[in-house]
Amino acid sequence: MHDHDDHDHHDNHFPDMQARVKALETVLTQKGLIDPAAIDAIVETYETKIGPRNGARVVAKAWSEPDFADWLSRDATAAIASLGYSGRQGEHMRAVFNTPETHNLVVCTLCSCYPWAVLGLPPVWYKAPPYRSRAVIDPRGVLEEFGLTLPHTKKIRVWDSTAELRYIVIPERPEGTEGLDQDALTDLVPRDSMIGTGLAKPVGAGR
Amino acid sequence: MNGAQDLGGQHGMGPVAPEKDEPYFHAEWEKRALGLTLSCGAFGAWTIDESRHARESLPPATYLAASYYEIWIRALEKLLTRHRFVSSAELAEGRMLEKGAQPKRILTADMVAGVLAKGGPCDRPVAEAPVFAVGQRVRTRNFNPETHTRLPRYARAKTGIVEAVQGSFVFPDDNAHGKGENPQWVYTVVFEAQEIWGDGADPSLTVSIDAWESYLERA
Repeated sequence: MHDHDDHDHHDNHFPDMQARVKALETVLTQKGLIDPAAIDAIVETYETKIGPRNGARVVAKAWSEPDFADWLSRDATAAIASLGYSGRQGEHMRAVFNTPETHNLVVCTLCSCYPWAVLGLPPVWYKAPPYRSRAVIDPRGVLEEFGLTLPHTKKIRVWDSTAELRYIVIPERPEGTEGLDQDALTDLVPRDSMIGTGLAKPVGAGR
Repeated sequence: MNGAQDLGGQHGMGPVAPEKDEPYFHAEWEKRALGLTLSCGAFGAWTIDESRHARESLPPATYLAASYYEIWIRALEKLLTRHRFVSSAELAEGRMLEKGAQPKRILTADMVAGVLAKGGPCDRPVAEAPVFAVGQRVRTRNFNPETHTRLPRYARAKTGIVEAVQGSFVFPDDNAHGKGENPQWVYTVVFEAQEIWGDGADPSLTVSIDAWESYLERA
């Protein structure tokens, strides 16, 4: 079998990725192999429907309802699906809980595995060599670049997503949030806190 | 394979440089790249493992210089030509020149919501009980296949503890190469940083991988 890799050596046919992708889409459309409207629907889904707000709702519910948190720790796939979040790159979920003793950090050193169903599409840095190379050997240095300095008494656990399990970090609930309902708590859960490159926001942040 | 994709522990890749309020896409072509990759994946002609291998098989200099959507597109071109849906000449000219293979399924707009909601579960039953138990010390095997594997180099020939038995899943090392799904038990194995990185390792750090059963042996 010949893989026809040779066109990779003729990038002068494709002065930029815009042209290269346009050519590919044109060929596939002419051959009736794709529906350009399906591409629009996929893009719209990940721009407007599936994003880190999903994961934030999971976290807020876990903070508010001990029974849900327990379910999440035992069967994250089912617990998360009960909120309507499932499907592509969320088929096999695991939730890992930050504690006063341990901070969790998720990476995929081998590719770009990421829990799309709860966090949406991954940011560029998550898929790029600096994060993928350093998260497993120098997580404290990586976290410093996100403005997060953890005390040396805090243990760090890095989860390398080498199989089909997809991890969401449940950050620690900020102090002073006892009176907040789940909608208000959801606003305190940034995407990075569910990857482990950040923490939940303190109450009143940004005011 | 020991390709450019196996990045854990590599040095010199630069700062992480997170972007504040990063958009989902940085160019229009990235949107099309996402949609094309998912649309062509829906053909059912290749598995996610074969597509991962197509990406990691890119020349290292190309892989490391490319954005991830570019990696996807270069690998997609390889998969489409390998499975004869398009030819290299068609890719070069940007137009249809010949009739190629026909897929089992073509993703239309009305199917998108259902296909994304269904996903692609890859847990499969196995007849045998798990060989390893939670709390058991195990050693990862040392091997260096030119073919696809999900055991990173930094975690080969290392001793750790089984923390969880996660279920049984399609074995990517076989499935990527058309050798069948051959499911195996998958374990979360946790290592002390000292075991992996040796002198100077962060004593407060542990790292886990999810390992298929055949990656492991009793320690």
